Amino acid sequence: MRKLLTGNKAAAWGARLAEVDYLPVFPITPQTEIIETLAEWVDRGELDARLTTLESEHSMVTAAGAAAATGVRVFTATSSQGLLYAMEMLYNVAGWRVPLVLVNVSRGLSAPITLEPDHNDVLAARDSGFLQLHCATCQEVLDSVLLAYRLAEDKRVRLPVLVNLDGFYLSFTREPVILPSREQVRAFLPAFDAGSNRFRGGEPVSQAVAVLGGGPYSYFRYQTHLAAVEAGEVFDELSEAFSNHFDRGFKAIEDYRCEDAEILFVMIGSFATKAREAVDRLRDAGQKVGLLRPRLLRPFPAREFVRLLSGRAGVAVIDQNLSTGLGGILYTELAAALYPVPRRPILASFIGGLGGRDITAGEFYAMAEQVRQAVETGQAPPPRLLFTDQEMQTVRGLQRIAGSEEGES
Amino acid sequence: MSEQDCAGTGKATRQGLLGAGTPMCAGCGGLQALHQIYDLVGDKTVFVNAAGCMTLLSIYPFTPFPGSWLYTAMACAPAGAQGVRDALDVLLAKGRIQPEQDQLPVVLTGDGSAYGMGLSATSAAIDRGLDFLYICYDNEGYGNTGHQYSAATPAGARTATSRVDGYAGIKKDLFAIWSAHRPAYVATAIGTEPADLARKLKKALSLSGPRLLLVLAPCPTGWGFEPARMVELGKLAVKTGIWPLKEYSDGQVRHTQVPARRKPVTDYLQLQGRFRHLFAPVRDTDKLTALQRQVDDYWEHID
Ligand SMILES: Cc1ncc(C[n+]2csc(CCOP(=O)(O)OP(=O)(O)O)c2C)c(N)n1
Ligand code: SF4
Repeated sequence: MRKLLTGNKAAAWGARLAEVDYLPVFPITPQTEIIETLAEWVDRGELDARLTTLESEHSMVTAAGAAAATGVRVFTATSSQGLLYAMEMLYNVAGWRVPLVLVNVSRGLSAPITLEPDHNDVLAARDSGFLQLHCATCQEVLDSVLLAYRLAEDKRVRLPVLVNLDGFYLSFTREPVILPSREQVRAFLPAFDAGSNRFRGGEPVSQAVAVLGGGPYSYFRYQTHLAAVEAGEVFDELSEAFSNHFDRGFKAIEDYRCEDAEILFVMIGSFATKAREAVDRLRDAGQKVGLLRPRLLRPFPAREFVRLLSGRAGVAVIDQNLSTGLGGILYTELAAALYPVPRRPILASFIGGLGGRDITAGEFYAMAEQVRQAVETGQAPPPRLLFTDQEMQTVRGLQRIAGSEEGES
Repeated sequence: MSEQDCAGTGKATRQGLLGAGTPMCAGCGGLQALHQIYDLVGDKTVFVNAAGCMTLLSIYPFTPFPGSWLYTAMACAPAGAQGVRDALDVLLAKGRIQPEQDQLPVVLTGDGSAYGMGLSATSAAIDRGLDFLYICYDNEGYGNTGHQYSAATPAGARTATSRVDGYAGIKKDLFAIWSAHRPAYVATAIGTEPADLARKLKKALSLSGPRLLLVLAPCPTGWGFEPARMVELGKLAVKTGIWPLKEYSDGQVRHTQVPARRKPVTDYLQLQGRFRHLFAPVRDTDKLTALQRQVDDYWEHID
């Protein structure tokens, strides 16, 4: 069945088709539509799950992890401040080695407070032990949720998964989405098996006990890391199974018109659809450009990146995040992955789309041009914020109204 | 409470369900109470723990609990209990477990968590009518981190963050905060009054909904007394009227023991290093009188 769905509704459909048992929730814009939709289905008896509204995301993620440890399939969703408020428990739940899916609807972080998206929220969780999938379309949101359960529940992995979609750009955009039937999903995603991690009368389990000393601590932390690394292999297996089953591709990295490309854009999320458009235009103009968009960000598909980037001339890494005092996170991670490669391309770093700021077609062309020049000179340009004179003047205008010194001078 | 009740619970208390050989301090009043509590709640329980001294009861690969255990964090043990309870309910409703496999979520935290960081999680769990038992062992400070003051520290007590004049605040009334939420049951108790504790716990177990057992936990390490005097000190907490034994249910508060002739609070205070500055080098008569008056005022309103 094909349906017009927002990204949020597609996420809710993912949970519904996965036949989740438990929904601990807490509202935050722009995620609310997900939990409202699920609540309505539960109330109407269309989804046989229990929904509990917690008093915070910290508690929500705790309840989610505890329920998963008790042996049910769990779905939850949050955004921005909510994800950060839960951060302590993200690490815990990953350390508990329980599977669950958490959808994050990206939104910029305070201060200043905004409702619009960038990726600093979800990237703050990149070291937590949650695996991460990033979506660019509403179809992908639904597909990612289904795939995420397979990944999280795989015996070789047993880690929670974060599925990310951009606030507003995807959360509230309606696109046609193919809804698989319940039977089709069941054939791909079997019923939840808690394994030995479950609380039952008569079968005592101790979960998340203390350790003494760095030895056992290192052991367990590293086990989590190894499971995350293993998840990369498992993902490839599953993505192939997914493609065969649903007739839709799902590779760890989307490569768009890359075959003979000399210059590549690399970015995550829904703005990549704009990059795709720019690639088409640039191709029309005879430039050999392409786009790489990782869907899988944890584990970091480093080997795949190396394979796809070796021998290329230049790369524009567009980060919709800002690690203060360093720069773009994706850029840093790519640079690290490519360091051992002898024939590595020149990397240029661009920061754009913060707080939902648009990235225009013209800016994509300009970035491609800068990379082309860098390739010619052999000199990587300094990191750049996408920000126009016009925008600067607007800010100055606001400062004048606010009466701040910068504005007056 | 009749002799017969005592005999019955006495037998239960001798089971020793909680394993021996834990790393708690010698003379820990919290551990004494937990031994008694565990014998009564039994092993079909999931203890959901917040960061504190008792977190060190289960150290990989050992645990003294023949039932289940989940460590959460300092702020959210009641939310952990919510997840466990909800999941068990789902499994029961969907027929994926049998009723005899059901378990009781028991939150176990210190006062720092119960009175402070975990209070909003607790309040919300009560709002939601969560069917769980909350055990707070109240050692009147952040014990595990070296006994800094918490919202449960009594006025005047010296702690690691009130070393000179003692704690300037007053002990928060968690019993009243819980009761104001109209939960199923709230009781204060202490391990040195095992019959009272057992009766209250049995009552709590006969009910469903949010239930709190708030146990004063004399703490040799944090309070500064000889471990061997723990029982004496616990008994004095009750006899001086400093730790009123009471319960709340059906909107009523009832005292389960009214000390007939209360001993002076100084009998209790002078045994503890944390109050030594009130006695030496000079006796702080003003402060001691004020502390006595606080206790007298409390009991004046109790018939
Ligand atoms: C978020 C957070 N902040 C601080 C700590 C450090 N910490 C561990 S135990 C503890 C004291 C807890 O006090 P209490 O709840 O009274 O339990 P007790 O240690 O007395 O058993 C603290 C502050 C922590 N674990 N988590
Ligand atoms: S510090 Fe106090 S409460 Fe903690 S284990 Fe030692 S005696 Fe018990």
